[in-house]
Formats: sequence, structure tokens, C-alpha cells
Amino acid sequence: MSTTDTLTMPAFTAWLAAFRDRVTEQRSYLTELDSAIGDADHGANMARGMAAVMEKVEAAAPPTADELFKTVGMTLVTSVGGASGPLYGTFFLRFGMAAGAVTECDAAALSTALRAGLDGVVARGKAEAGDKTMFDALAPALEAMDAAVASGASLAEATAAARDAAAAGRDATEPLVARKGRASYLGERSAGHLDPGATSAALLMEALAEVAAS
Amino acid sequence: MKKLINDPDRVLADALRGIELAHPDLRVDHANRIIYRATPKDHGTVALVSGGGSGHEPLHGGFVGFGMLDAACAGEVFTSPTPDQMQEATKTVDRGAGVLHIVKNYTGDVMNFEMAAELAAMEASVEVRTVVVNDDVAVQDSLYTAGRRGVGLTVLLEKLVGAAAEQGRDLDELVALAEKVNAEGRSMGMALTSCTVPAAGKPTFDLPEDQMEIGIGIHGEPGRHRVPLASAKEIAEMLVEPILGDLSFGDAPTIVMLNGMGGTPLIELYLMYGEVAGILERHGVTVARSLVGNYITSLDMAGCSVTVLRADDELVSLWDAPVETSGLRWGR
Repeated sequence: MSTTDTLTMPAFTAWLAAFRDRVTEQRSYLTELDSAIGDADHGANMARGMAAVMEKVEAAAPPTADELFKTVGMTLVTSVGGASGPLYGTFFLRFGMAAGAVTECDAAALSTALRAGLDGVVARGKAEAGDKTMFDALAPALEAMDAAVASGASLAEATAAARDAAAAGRDATEPLVARKGRASYLGERSAGHLDPGATSAALLMEALAEVAAS
Repeated sequence: MKKLINDPDRVLADALRGIELAHPDLRVDHANRIIYRATPKDHGTVALVSGGGSGHEPLHGGFVGFGMLDAACAGEVFTSPTPDQMQEATKTVDRGAGVLHIVKNYTGDVMNFEMAAELAAMEASVEVRTVVVNDDVAVQDSLYTAGRRGVGLTVLLEKLVGAAAEQGRDLDELVALAEKVNAEGRSMGMALTSCTVPAAGKPTFDLPEDQMEIGIGIHGEPGRHRVPLASAKEIAEMLVEPILGDLSFGDAPTIVMLNGMGGTPLIELYLMYGEVAGILERHGVTVARSLVGNYITSLDMAGCSVTVLRADDELVSLWDAPVETSGLRWGR
């Protein structure tokens, strides 16, 4: 369990590094999921994007959350392409704007920033619950986190709840028929596969919980 | 995989080098992967920017030049370009009267162009408007999908709106014209074979020798259905019927494109055009202008698509207006 109840700048960087490590390790798996219902590039795109992010972040060492996440968002937007570049890019850009020029966030501030990120994803992708997208992992994660924060949970407990809800949301995409993105052209044939975007989004929440617990 | 390449990861960079050397009237920004006119149009005229994944050549770079686009952004094969590329292209070609983005309806393309327009607005540098092309009748249930894809009509739209921009029409008028063209055109495509993305090294899908895929997109997406191989006459009906079923053409003059997907010889495309024209005639559809060839391709895929645009005198005259690009060239 966490000994502090805020995420500091080094913790934000550690979150991003942990996400990079996960998408790099699971690059082939994410691409395999995307081959089944998309265009077989999600693993490669996320691994390339997060590698570029860490290079930029380590070189520039932005001093505050808003600058850090603006760098992250713009790097993803300019290096990934496809749909995941703008979606993850928008997520981090909005996250940074909501976090503001601070050097640490408590659970409530983190939750607010995550919510702003998700709102950005919705504005960009127009996804709704059950469309078989990253929304289906992130939305339940944030609900679980908000509930945990409201009941006085620690940062570690709240992010762990978010991680578990994201994983459950990811698993729940398997039977869904896609209604957004290239998978939607498959119609019924998209059912029976996990959504690659929901899968990478669950990794993002896993990385967050790991950092909050350390 | 047998391809004329040096390295699967350098296909786009190497091809852009060739484009620049082959066409002295084009310039290539290699860092941003932008193809633009060597001679910009007059100050005070609206510029047109399009772009998308590579692998559809001549679309879009082959349509940069007098009478069509001012710049094209090239993404990796079948991957949308990024907003910074689009924004750079927009700033490069802006002549003070605004820039029209022509976007094919794919989730990635739409989002990246949307972000590019937002970046341009944030800098308050250039007025950007966007038209999204979505002409593919193969996508049914467009309410429950990402919507109809942008395919063959994109070629016609870039020609028609490009001609109007050359006449000095303003941004609002060009947006209205582009929306009109998009509303009046429909396309349907088919594949005899899959295509091989260089970075993947193997065909995107398996299509047995005696089967074909009807209602494909331009990235090796699945079609409406897979059916046994049929005669050209039967295939032409499978492509034209859904178009006629989706839009009534009445006695309007039409502009018809029979487009090759990249791996089909021209003799077969002309053979197909003959069948398509015969079906249209039987349905009383008047063909005013036609275009046969490889214009919006899917790498080495064998197959074709049909696009029919319900035109009027204005559109026919814009079609006839001079054009000077590597992909289309007449009247000048």
C-alpha cells in the first residue's frame, strides 16, 4: 500500500515508463488482437509512440504536470498516426490541462484529470459505452476510482480499483459487435475478440496502479 | 513477397524521392512527407489539401498540381498521416484565402485532420474547413459503423473542387460544392486478390483462386460478401446495382469512373467499363463523361471499383476545365 497520498513528478514519469514497458512487452499480443478485427498495427503503433514519449520526456524533463502531459500528448499525436495517436494524444493533452501547473496530484485531482482525459477521448472518437473501444475499459475504471475516492480510499486503493474495473471492462468487450473504427466494418464478425484499444487502456490503468502502490 | 523495394520500412521515403525526381513541377518536403506545387497558386485563392495513407497512388500526390490539389500529405502505407504534417502542409499552401481539407471517411484520417484543423485554429493562422468524403455503398448499417468509407468519389471531388478553386471561388462556395459532390456520388468495389502491405510481407487476407470479395474498401478491409468468381458482366451488375439502388440518377448527366485497384491490367478495366456502360444505358442513365484507369488503388490488389456521380452542367464544365497533374492531365 502507498505510503504517500499524492503522485509526484517522478511518479508521473514512472507511470509513463511502466505503460511503455507494458505496451512494448505486449506489442505482439496487441497487434494480434488488432489483426483479428482491425488493421494489425496497434502494438507497433503504441510501442513506437511510447518509446518516442519517453525519449522526449527524459530529454526535456518538463517541470510541471501540464507541461509533461502536453509533451506526452503531442508526441503521441505526431508519432503514432492512425486512430490511436489522436485518441491517446487527446487523452494526455486533456489530462495535463486538467491537472494544471502542479508538481503533484492527490487521488481526487488525479481522478479529475483522468476524467478530463476520458472526456477528450469521447469528444474525439464519439464513442459510447458498448461500442467496443478503449472507452469500455476507461469509463468503468474512472467510475470505480471515483467511488473509491468518495469512500475515503487511499490513492493506491483507488487506482487498484480502477485497474480491476478496467480489466473487467476490457474482458467485457469480447462478445461485443464493434460500432466504431475499422472493426465496425466487420459487423457481427467483430464479436468474439477483445478490443485492442480497451486492452491497451487496461494496461495504462495497470501501470498507474503499480506506480501508486510503490 | 516479390516487390520492387529496398527495405520494407523505407518504401514511402524512397517513393517520395522518385516522385520528386520524376515531376519537376512538384516539390517534396521529405521531413514532413508533403507533396506540393512548385509554383503556388495566386495570392487570395483557396488552397486544397488532402492526404491519407500511402498505397493508393496516384491518389493523393498524383493529383497535386494545376486544377486539383495544392498539397498532399502522405502517411505510411494504409496509415493516416499525422496532424503536424497536415498543419505544415496547410501553412505551406495557404494563400490568404483559407484552406480546404479533403478527407476520406476513415476513423484515423478524420481524427488526425480534425486535430490539424484545431491546431491551425489555435494558432489563428489559417482558416481551415473540412469536407469528409463517404461514398462507399458497400458499407451498410452506416448508423452502426464508422460510416461509409471514402473511396473513388474522392478522385472526382478533388478534380471538380480543384477546378472551382482555380476559378477563384471562396472557401464557403468550395465547401458547398464539395458537399454537393459528396452527396451526389456513389461507389462500389470488388477484389480478385488481396494486397500485400510491404511491412507485413504477406497478403492481408486469403482469397482462394475461385472466389472474389464484393464490396471491399481500399485497405484490404473485408467486403460485403465473398462469392464464387463470375464473369465480367455479372461482376459489373454486382457493382452497379447497389449504386443504382442507393441513388436515383434520373436523366441527370453522370460522370462515371471505372477504377483499377492496382493489380488489374487496363485491358480488363476497359472490358469492365464496357459492361458497366451497357448496364447504365439499360437503366436509362446518361453518361456525360468517363474515366478508366488506376486512380485510387490498394497496392497490388487485383479488382476494380465503379463510381457514378449525378452531375449537372456546372459539374460537367468543372470536369472539362484544364488540369495538369501527374495523375490527370487535359485541356491545358
